[in-house]
Order: sequence, then structure tokens, then C-alpha cells
Amino acid sequence: MLFNALLIALREIRRNLTRSFLTVIGIVIGVAAVVTMVTLGRGATQEIKQQISKMGSNLLILRPGQGWWNWGAPQFTIDDVEAIRDQVPGIRKLAPFVQTNASAVYQENDRNTDIRGTTPDYFDIGNWQIASGRIFTEDEVSEAAPVCVIGETIRKELFGEGVDPLGSKIRVKSMTLEVIGLTTIKGQGGFGEDMDDDITTPYTTVLRRLTGRGGGRNISQVMISGKDGYPGAHIVADVSSLMRERRKVSHNEQDNFNVFDSLQLADVISSSTKVMTSLLGAVAGVSLLVGGIGIMNIMLVSVTERTREIGIRLAIGARAREVLLQFLVEAVTLSCVGGITGIILAYALCDILADVVGAPFIFDPGINMIAFVFSAAIGILFGFMPARRAASLDPIEALRHE
Amino acid sequence: MNAEPLIELRGLTKTYGTGDAAFKALSGVDLDIHRGEFLAVMGPSGSGKSTLMNILGCLDSPTSGSYRFKNIEVQTLNQDQRSLIRRHALGFIFQGFNLLARTSALENVELPLLYRGYSRKQRHDLARQALASVGLPDKQRNTPAELSGGQQQRVAIARAIVTSPDTLFADEPTGNLDSKTTHEIMELLRHLNTDRGISIIMVTHEKDVAVYAKRHIHVLDGLIDQDSGS
Repeated sequence: MLFNALLIALREIRRNLTRSFLTVIGIVIGVAAVVTMVTLGRGATQEIKQQISKMGSNLLILRPGQGWWNWGAPQFTIDDVEAIRDQVPGIRKLAPFVQTNASAVYQENDRNTDIRGTTPDYFDIGNWQIASGRIFTEDEVSEAAPVCVIGETIRKELFGEGVDPLGSKIRVKSMTLEVIGLTTIKGQGGFGEDMDDDITTPYTTVLRRLTGRGGGRNISQVMISGKDGYPGAHIVADVSSLMRERRKVSHNEQDNFNVFDSLQLADVISSSTKVMTSLLGAVAGVSLLVGGIGIMNIMLVSVTERTREIGIRLAIGARAREVLLQFLVEAVTLSCVGGITGIILAYALCDILADVVGAPFIFDPGINMIAFVFSAAIGILFGFMPARRAASLDPIEALRHE
Repeated sequence: MNAEPLIELRGLTKTYGTGDAAFKALSGVDLDIHRGEFLAVMGPSGSGKSTLMNILGCLDSPTSGSYRFKNIEVQTLNQDQRSLIRRHALGFIFQGFNLLARTSALENVELPLLYRGYSRKQRHDLARQALASVGLPDKQRNTPAELSGGQQQRVAIARAIVTSPDTLFADEPTGNLDSKTTHEIMELLRHLNTDRGISIIMVTHEKDVAVYAKRHIHVLDGLIDQDSGS
């Protein structure tokens, strides 16, 4: 009986190709829209989270001034760094950070890049791995040793791809730095910057030999990594009150520094992408609904013809349940074909759009199920319900249906 | 003629609607039809002749009275059981042909066999034979839209006889056809009755169609008022 129903249903689908096609296309568009939007949205959220985690987990950055720009607010001293290390609980590691821009030269190649001065802990805080060689030591920091760790972009620009730079000497301004390490490739940062385009040296080296500002207020940032699970907000509060005290900020004055919390940023950004994803999902949901209404429309319009068809089938000896099974198989077949095509189309779209948007492509079985089940339910409901009514009629009434 | 009637109606009534709006289409019909008869049911519009035929054909159910078909009390059967009687014993020909649109003649004729669970080969063979026996051996692939009215009715007849039914019901089978085609169709029905022994019950209001039948009954106001006898 099922095989028969399948045979008859497939004949009916073939017989009414236009109607079948329109039904399927309604489902295809609805499913494809929802799956594409949600998949891309999830991908974007994931991408942003990854970008932020590249900066280092639990990362806090203490900077002078308010916001991103330093409007002449005083920088920090190395004593400030030690005070934070000693007095603020919940800190795993911290490192002073100074930065200058200079041209690095090796033989006839040169590259204008960031020169970063810091301590060995910086590599841990910033989640930097060493591909070859080593990082500099605390002793080298104390000695202001002329050593540096370079990123892949610097290696490529100064030495050429695949060339071992270890032991080579590069010139930056008037000093010569020995390359002792190469970091693994990090790629693009959260703001589209090249994270492999920098040279890292002991901060003492930068201060004494490059910027010529020995001692005093010369630390431009302090990188702080909180202990796992320790709330970043507590560290922010403790660092802030310590800094207000040390920098002699009175009650009625605003902070002349700020503490940036990467987790907080991650939360803000990911919650705003979530809002965007839901918004896109809602728009896509409307298209699924419109697709569904299209299916209803087509199904209801064909009720008259189908009622007569049911009458004919009943008259020549089909039982109501055989006719119903045929209609159910038809509706299920069309809905499934539409649903599966929609999902395939969605992935084709995601594949193309993922490159454009720059988000990774994350398969989410949940949204596929929801979109598929919803469209299938509409297709089956509106394919099946009119048939159910018609099949309950006396055959002669179904035949007379106008 | 077989002593046991094929069809036995006793006090059959059919009422449409309820209360004041109730309309009595049949008001107590008694009728015996035997195997091999070719019966023409005649009468003016609204006399109840189509209602009578629909009930005989198990397409409609009576309000009261008894209908025995081959000793089965049809009025006690449910819809599915009546479907099975139609499937195994009855064939139908309608005024409007009632073929499936956009479906080839062969597939239309195969339809009853599908519900009987015949194999693909059996279906094809029987459907081809049936189409050949109504004079359309070369129209298997044509859809109803590509056939003339007479050809469509021949396809419908092929569909009705492909299962070799005991009884064929024809509701104004020539109502939509010109007089030449009418006589071709009627010759075909007469041939099915005489050569293949299929009982035929035909509703018509045309006298020159009714002459092909061996027995005539006349229905008026829901009652049989004339019966030429078997």
C-alpha cells in the first residue's frame, strides 16, 4: 500500500510539475534564508570571539588617558608596574609595554614597523608562541640586551620566506639587534591589523637605546593577565584605585588612565553580534513564513482540482486512507525535497558569503532542524488537510465539487 | 436468468437536507436487477434518477431502506467497505468523463489496477487490451486534452472495464457527445453487455440512447412509475 501510494504520489508530482515546483521553491527560499542568516551570524560571532582571544585570554590593559587616545595624560613608571604586581590580587602575570615606530634594516631590505619593548611575561600574556629560537630573559631585560624576537611578516620582508633569521643582526635606528626568536603566525587581529608585523625587545632596550628616555614616566601601557576564573571587574577596580592613589587623582577628578578589559569587550561585541544574528534570523524567519504562505496558497488553489481527483479515485475504488496516504506522501516528498534543497543552497550561499563577510562557516544542526521541520510542517499540513476533508466526503460530492 | 437478483432494492429513500429544507429525492423504491441486464433509467431532471444510480453505484448512501448487492447489505457498510465493492465489482462512466487531467490515457486506464495491487506488467497489458477493445490502441500516450470528447469517453469506458467488473454504471454517458459519437459509444456499451456479459445500468433522458437498453424504467418524483420488465 505504501509502495503504491509512493508510485501514485510521484506520478501526481510529475503530472503537476509547476505546482510541485512552486511548492518546493517556497520551502527552498524559506529554509535557505533562515539557515544562511543564522549560520553566517553564528560564524561572525565565533570569529569575533576568536579575534579577541588572540589578544590573550583574561587580558587587561592599563593605559594613560581616557578611551583610546592619550590626551597628554602622564604615562606610568616601572614602580607602578611593581606596585600593581605586589598589591592587586588575582593577577597571574603582568608586563610593562612601550612602543615606538621605526625602520628595521637587514642588508638591502627595510621595513617600517612597530618596535615593542616589554618583559618575557608579555609573550605569555599576549598568547605568543615561539616558532623557533627563544624569547629574551629577565637578565637580558636588566642588561638592556640588544636582542629581539620578530614576527613572520618581518622575517618575510627582511630575510625572505623560509630563511632562518636566527643569529642575524638587524639595524633599527642607530642600534643593532640580534634576532633570537621567531613567533608563530597569528594572522589578522580583531581590527584587521597584521599581528605578525612587529619586533619585540626588552623594554629597557627600547627606552635606553631607541627612544632615549631612560627612567621616569615612560611605560606607555601595562599588560595584565588575570588568574583564570578571577573576575576581571575586581582587577579593574583594584588597579584603578591603586592608580588613582599613586597618580594623586583627587575625588572630584576623573581617572587620567583607563583599564581596558578584553573579556568585557568580548562580551559587548558578542552580545551585539547576537542581537544582529537574531535580527537577521527574524528577517529570514519572515521569508520562511512568506514561503509557507505561498505553499498554503498553492495548495488551497488546487483544492478544487484535487477534490475532483479525490472523487475520481474514490469512485474507481480507492479507500479514503489510500488517497490520504498518497497526499501525505506527496506533501512529505515535496517538503523534504524543498527542505534539503534549501539547506544545500544555504551552504552554497554560506560558502560564498563566508569569504565576503570574513566569518568562518559553522554548521549548526539546530537551525537546520528548525527550518526544515517548520517548512515541512507547513507543506504537510496544507498539502494534507484539504485532502483529509475531501476524502471524508461521499465520492459523489467530491466529484461534483466546483 | 439467474434466480438470485444482482441488485435488490426495498423501500429505498434518500433525503437531502433536514427540517423544512428537506428534499426527498427518493421516496421508497423497490427494484430487482439481474445479472446481464442492460437497464436504462429514465426520467425528467430532478426525478431522482441520478440519485438512484449513485446509490446503486455505492457512491452515495441511502437515508433508509435496504440495498442488497450480490447478497451484501450495502447500507450497513462503511465508506471503506463500499470502496472495496466499487474496486472489485463496479465500473463507472460519467457524463463529464472524469479522467485525470494531464495524465496519459494509459495511466488513466491503469488507475483502478493500481488500487488492486497489480504488477507493472499486468497493468500495462490489461490497460493496453482495454484501450484496444474500445478502439483506441494508438492513443495510449495522449492526455485527455489531446483527445476528442468521444475518445475521452472511450478512455473512460476502458478504465471502467479494465478490471472486468460485474456491473457498469453509466450516468448520461453520451450527454456531452454529438449524435454520431453517441451511437458509436452506445454500440460499444451494447457490445460489452452482449459479448462480455457485463450488466449495465445507465441513466439517460434521451430516448434514442435508451433504445440500446433491453429494459427501461422511468422515475418520477422519487418513485419508479414505469418498468418495461426484464
